[in-house]
Amino acid sequence: MFFEQLINGLTLGSTYALIALGYTMVYGIVQLINFAHGEIYMFGAFAGLFLVAAFGVNIFWALLGAMAFCMLLGVVVERIAYRPLRGKSSRLSALISAIGVSIFLSTLMALLRGTNTTRYPQVMSDKTFHLGSVEVSSMQVIILLVSALLMVGLQLMIQKTRIGKAMRACSQDIDASALMGINVNRVISFTFAIGSALAAAGGVMVGIYYNAVWPYMGTMAGLKAFSAAVLGGIGSVPGAMVGGLTLGVMEIMGVAYLSSSYKDAIAFAILILVLIVRPQGLMGQKISKKV
Amino acid sequence: MSVLTLECISQEFGGLRALDSVYLSIEEKEIFGIIGPNGAGKTTLFNIITGIYVPTEGSLIFNGQRLNNVPAYEIAQMGIARTFQNIRLFNKLSVLDNVRTGSYGVSHSGFMAGMLGLPSSRREEKKILSNALQLLELVDLADKRYEYADNLSYGEQRRLEIARALALEPKLLLLDEPAAGMNSTEKEELMRLIRIIREQRQLSIILVEHDMNVVMNICERIAVLDYGRKIAQGTPEEIKNDDAVIQSYLGAGA
Repeated sequence: MFFEQLINGLTLGSTYALIALGYTMVYGIVQLINFAHGEIYMFGAFAGLFLVAAFGVNIFWALLGAMAFCMLLGVVVERIAYRPLRGKSSRLSALISAIGVSIFLSTLMALLRGTNTTRYPQVMSDKTFHLGSVEVSSMQVIILLVSALLMVGLQLMIQKTRIGKAMRACSQDIDASALMGINVNRVISFTFAIGSALAAAGGVMVGIYYNAVWPYMGTMAGLKAFSAAVLGGIGSVPGAMVGGLTLGVMEIMGVAYLSSSYKDAIAFAILILVLIVRPQGLMGQKISKKV
Repeated sequence: MSVLTLECISQEFGGLRALDSVYLSIEEKEIFGIIGPNGAGKTTLFNIITGIYVPTEGSLIFNGQRLNNVPAYEIAQMGIARTFQNIRLFNKLSVLDNVRTGSYGVSHSGFMAGMLGLPSSRREEKKILSNALQLLELVDLADKRYEYADNLSYGEQRRLEIARALALEPKLLLLDEPAAGMNSTEKEELMRLIRIIREQRQLSIILVEHDMNVVMNICERIAVLDYGRKIAQGTPEEIKNDDAVIQSYLGAGA
């Protein structure tokens, strides 16, 4: 029973982590909470659905297609809604712009598809594996594997590649990065692209796992993932991973051992607690105010 | 031939005139000092040259190209590199990566090629690495290359900033108070380093510095700013004996 719940929690948690990474990377570089990020996740879920329904592709092509589409969407959103405000107006304006984009995207999808829940077509046969007494579904295995793969890939990219180092440099001192010849706008676009692709992967897999997509699915998932990012320490990439997994496990355990009506309350109770007790999160750094 | 020319540069912040019609011309391979009391506009001048501020009036010409409205990163890629008065290293990057970061902007293969590990970018990465190691040798930090930048001592951090700036292969290097907080041995070392850099790299250096000993020792020409105006310019000897300079430093009536 406990281990099965643990698997359930880790599955849910890795989707939170995938979304949380986008929040945390964007925040790390431009100090913006991208409230439209949940809607990117929702668009990812719909893009995957479209690919499966229209072309009958398998889950991996649906994932790749949705990720590519959302990369573009994320870059376009940044270009239109955030970049014109950067440097010229306060951070609050960008935040309000993000809320606007969030409402725009979810309403757009509601207009296109209606507000009803759409079911995912069968993309794969539903097998169940038995590990001792623990039952694991094939979709759970895919979610855990794909998430792990993406997160390891992301970590390698950030640590080893040129663009990854440029991202780290920008997150530490964006002005000094520009003065070292780094095209900061390009790094920001890239960050949005990567974050959006991860969210899209999460969207497709959640859509298949729960067999449901709807235009407002991004709101709650976005808020949960944001809580996960804060729990891990906003701005910290490993923090978002740990925060996502922790939140997923706690939520599932809460449902299993307390009551399912507390499901959503748990995430936000944790958010409030973290902000009071340890505002820098599990793995974030304390920010000493510059004088 | 002059590397950098500032023509009638003025900078206003609200009602405050931080720089007032400043003319400057920096020659090839010269070490040029800018001195002046606090708030004279020295750092503002650096911020204009590197593209952080767009001057309210006047124009900047670098190697025959106008710099007004060119974004900061492009100016850096064109060959103007700087260090900062209050050190601004990438604290959570290794010493080596700090230097390499400077190379990325001026390298030819893009980020994508780098991520795909194309042969052209791998060759370039090797070149960047050997170049970075050379620079670390130059500033005597090669054995600390895997340390985080914020684990270095103050003097080491100042030298690392110089190495990082040199990774851009600049034609003009701006040093903002490089001797601040150094003891006299470190200052001697710094002066030696600055001279070596000029010889090895064949570049011009603009030095903003409070330490008169350092300025008078290594600069060939010096400009004096006071309340945003250039009140004098000349060789160290001329500056030492200039009435306007003595007045602004020691106060009127001295």
